[in-house]
Amino acid sequence: MVPVAGRAASAEKGGRVRYRLTVKGTVQGVGFRPFVYHLAMKYGLKGFVRNDAQGVYVEVEGGEEEVKRFCKELRQHPPRLARIAELLVEVLPPAGYSAFEIDSSRAAPEKEALVPPDVAICPDCAREIFDPENRHYLYPFTNCTNCGPRFTIVRELPYDRARTSMASFPMCPDCSREYHDPLDRRFHAQPVACPRCGPQLELYDAQGRSVEGDWRENCWELLRAGKILAVKGLGGFHLACNALDPRAVALLRQRKRRPHKPLAVMARDVEVVRRFCELGPLEEELLTSPAAPIVVLKRRPEAGLPEELAPGLKTLGVMLPYTPLHLLLLQGPLPLLVMTSGNRSGLPLCKDNERAWEELGDIADYFLIHNRDIVNRCDDSVVAVMGDTPVFYRRSRGYVPQPVKVPTGEGPVVLGIGGEMKNTFCLLRRGEAFLSQHIGELDTVEGEENLKTSLENFTRLLGVKPEVIGYDLHPDYRSSRLARELEAKYRFAVQHHHAHMASCLAENGVEGPAIGVILDGTGYGTDGCLWGFEILTGDFSRFERHYHLAYVPLPGGEAAIKHPWRIAVSYLLTFLGEEGREWSRRLFGAKEQELSLVEKIITQRINAPLACGCGRLFDAVAALLGVRWEISYEGQAAIELGEMVLPLEKGKRLPPYPFAFGGEEISPAPLFLELLADLARGEDKRIISTRFHNTVVAMVREAVARVARSTGLTAVALSGGTWQNPYLFALARESLEALGLKVLYHRQVPANDGGLCLGQAAVAYKRWWEECV
Amino acid sequence: MAQDVILLAHGDGGALTYRLVKDLFLRYFPGQALQALTDAAALDLPAGRLAVSTDAFVVSPPFFPGGDIGKLAVCGTVNDLAVSGARPLYLTASFLLEEGLSLADLERVVASMAATCREAGVEIVAGDTKVVERGKLDRIFISTTGVGIIPPEVDLGYHRVAPGDRILVNGGMGEHGLAILALRSGLDFAGQLKSDCAPLNGIIADLLAAVPGVKLMRDLTRGGLVTAAKEIALATGKDLLLEEEAIPVSGLVRGAADLLGLDPLYLANEGKFMAIVAPEEAEKALAVLRQHPLGKEAAIVGEVREGKGNVYLRTAFGGTKLMDMLAGAPLPRIC
Ligand SMILES: [Fe+3]
Ligand SMILES: [Mg+2]
Ligand SMILES: [Zn+2]
Ligand SMILES: [Zn+2]
Repeated sequence: MVPVAGRAASAEKGGRVRYRLTVKGTVQGVGFRPFVYHLAMKYGLKGFVRNDAQGVYVEVEGGEEEVKRFCKELRQHPPRLARIAELLVEVLPPAGYSAFEIDSSRAAPEKEALVPPDVAICPDCAREIFDPENRHYLYPFTNCTNCGPRFTIVRELPYDRARTSMASFPMCPDCSREYHDPLDRRFHAQPVACPRCGPQLELYDAQGRSVEGDWRENCWELLRAGKILAVKGLGGFHLACNALDPRAVALLRQRKRRPHKPLAVMARDVEVVRRFCELGPLEEELLTSPAAPIVVLKRRPEAGLPEELAPGLKTLGVMLPYTPLHLLLLQGPLPLLVMTSGNRSGLPLCKDNERAWEELGDIADYFLIHNRDIVNRCDDSVVAVMGDTPVFYRRSRGYVPQPVKVPTGEGPVVLGIGGEMKNTFCLLRRGEAFLSQHIGELDTVEGEENLKTSLENFTRLLGVKPEVIGYDLHPDYRSSRLARELEAKYRFAVQHHHAHMASCLAENGVEGPAIGVILDGTGYGTDGCLWGFEILTGDFSRFERHYHLAYVPLPGGEAAIKHPWRIAVSYLLTFLGEEGREWSRRLFGAKEQELSLVEKIITQRINAPLACGCGRLFDAVAALLGVRWEISYEGQAAIELGEMVLPLEKGKRLPPYPFAFGGEEISPAPLFLELLADLARGEDKRIISTRFHNTVVAMVREAVARVARSTGLTAVALSGGTWQNPYLFALARESLEALGLKVLYHRQVPANDGGLCLGQAAVAYKRWWEECV
Repeated sequence: MAQDVILLAHGDGGALTYRLVKDLFLRYFPGQALQALTDAAALDLPAGRLAVSTDAFVVSPPFFPGGDIGKLAVCGTVNDLAVSGARPLYLTASFLLEEGLSLADLERVVASMAATCREAGVEIVAGDTKVVERGKLDRIFISTTGVGIIPPEVDLGYHRVAPGDRILVNGGMGEHGLAILALRSGLDFAGQLKSDCAPLNGIIADLLAAVPGVKLMRDLTRGGLVTAAKEIALATGKDLLLEEEAIPVSGLVRGAADLLGLDPLYLANEGKFMAIVAPEEAEKALAVLRQHPLGKEAAIVGEVREGKGNVYLRTAFGGTKLMDMLAGAPLPRIC
């Protein structure tokens, strides 16, 4: 917050004064104007409040003491959802206002006001929809100043009903009265609606025939009968079925062609969550927060959840009902529903009704659809608690478009366009990074379109035009290609792991230099190889590579990533020679002819680029242990191997396997030798997995210690998707802190490629500053 | 040096050259125009537009499952003529031979060319032979030029391609490219991969005779189906939409391509072509193709759309992928 600035006071002590307040930040659509109105009433002040494109603009006039107390309270106790980024106060001569008024919105050229994120239904509205006396009884689109859709319905700023997809629903007299009544809970709540004037819900069968009767009763009956429903929600469609019916879940998996990837569930309330999962206080706080994300929780094995929800995993992604529609659906006979994103595998979340028929027609049996347009597609956010820290797997609904503060200053608006998978992009403006919602995979035309239109919408909402673009060095990333097509003055290609590191530094408010430990899948390196186990040093503008895991050929390139056993064979042949060949025959003999072909592809390097990703090392070990030879979703083998470890306190006492340093390279040859010896002895695979994890941490600690000694750097940034492994993260943090180093990690953006854009933007900003100013 | 290998002198125009021509080429290539051994062949041509095509064949190794460089040299040029709507008539052939090539190998190649010419109904009417020093090439390169006649009633070309037209292929994709790659790398796949090398003028003649709605044809050689489609899209300014699930790819090719991380839609064929056909005649064209031995796996694989010169592939998952020409082997984009 900026201290009081402004012209010299012109009021005599104790007399009447007029203050002008300019409030910036998340101050629109969060009940700020009614709050100001109430506050002005409280202190008997005159003047007005209005939204403008900068934020909220207030003039108050009255006794000096009252005006000051007004300012203090405004600063210290703003509405629950408001976030004041900047408060400017100027003192003006009194104007002689006779009342306090709320001015209607007006637009101004620079759009600094922010659209707030979507907010989960508040307790007041929740109470109303179950109160038969209330006019919002059972109305699935009930909302108020403290809750409801925001980002997902906004077309333009300033945030006003006319500029949202609520524009097509003229308010009825009752709603209008509440909307205009400064003392009402719905005063200036833009999406305010009731059964008489607001959006309507309708249940259809797969042929598009409307289903007669009460939609709730119908849905419950269908879900109980094992049917799959497409449900239009806040930021897109969900596919829903009874989570406690293994056959329904299996059917959904089959139709969605998604054999293993975990499905998120929605639980009726916290009690239900507790019945099925372990729930810590921090996890409960996240679950019930206004953002209402999916929280990844440990399942209670004895609770009898169908294995089909998350095959091979001990965890489950759980969320609570966050719209009145969800709440109404869940307040029935079924306490737990699968609520997975409504899309075809690999395609963007479905948000429009017509597209839903087309895309989900052969997945869903019924469609629960409403007639309010979703303007901005927004997937559910996914968070987890690691030790004492909430971390993002995906930062989207409920958080976007709230900015992240970063240590960059004045200059042009910078776009970080993100990676190829889990894509998000970010707009960096004067020390604030606005990360987009989850865009996802870009390898389809639909995915690429999603990026383009979301980028257009986002830049329009912020009223900016990026002049500088940071993009990934990989020549074939669609995001990089798009970056080259976009109009911009300056473009900077940013190495993938440098971007990861910069992203971590940026969200921690640090420019560097620091040490970076980037454990990742595969990213394009400056030597044309695929990196991903990197010990770097650097800052926003440059980096240096000190150590990395030794390279192995990836047989068939991307094809190998879908078949971890082929990567295992590559490790065996590359590091253990003849002995490795024998082991691969012994372990993967069932692959017969395929095996000898893979061996040849590896030894002759036919379409076998060199790679050193930590994710690939996990793949190899997972395959060796028989955890998984083939995967059906990204990171599956590594995730399943990661879940096999012993609890940290017990696990960390096991010795790591040996490894060797050779120049810049860390050789895993000794690791594989001893791991295979353990395997041969029939050692418990949980112990092998744990020792393997300990080895990765030991590699990191040894390499970091060397770099810290030679450079004198004391901060270490941990980034890259592998850091989402809770055991690895906790142990590495502990052992690096034991070296006396300050460990920086991700809390505001994902450690995976969902956070890449932030680093790209930070690097591009710094390079622009150094090279173009 | 024994007499059963090619010597530099076989190419100097002297006695050895003469013997080679007499004992080998003339024995296998019976055409009158060639037998006359004049400096140029004088040919009678039927009415129509003259089509000429030329190609050099440098495949290494020269013998491969499903064919050899001789068969390929005939098919390649015959197919180029055939997809242009021409009836191929005459070929010329230039041989570049590596010193030390065994005469037996050369004879195998020549015999194979002769057999393929008979199958395709074309005649070799002129030829040339040169020998280069050992190591300058892999045994044998052949260059062929072909002429044919486009009958007056045949009108093929980009100008006829219109939105709604269907895209047909006559069989499985990627067989030649994978067979050669496997052979070169010593990868031996269960159930051997064979090149699909074959002259297409027969099946194309059947198609043209029965289906006037054929608007354009392309053979699917280097770069495979996608590259040919992209060339058409660029030339017409229209989009070509391919349906992944409709495109024939044998299980063997699919498995091998998956291991190697290659996409069969980019792999070379030597006996496959695509035809763009008016929608109302697509089913008929399919039936005609399927009646021919080289079209048993024929399929309708997509259609032409109004657009901007792009090729799209609708995947089995229902997504759409933009297909570009390849520039080198793709690097993994999975992080
Ligand atoms: Fe990454
Ligand atoms: Mg040619
Ligand atoms: Zn509310
Ligand atoms: Zn109303």
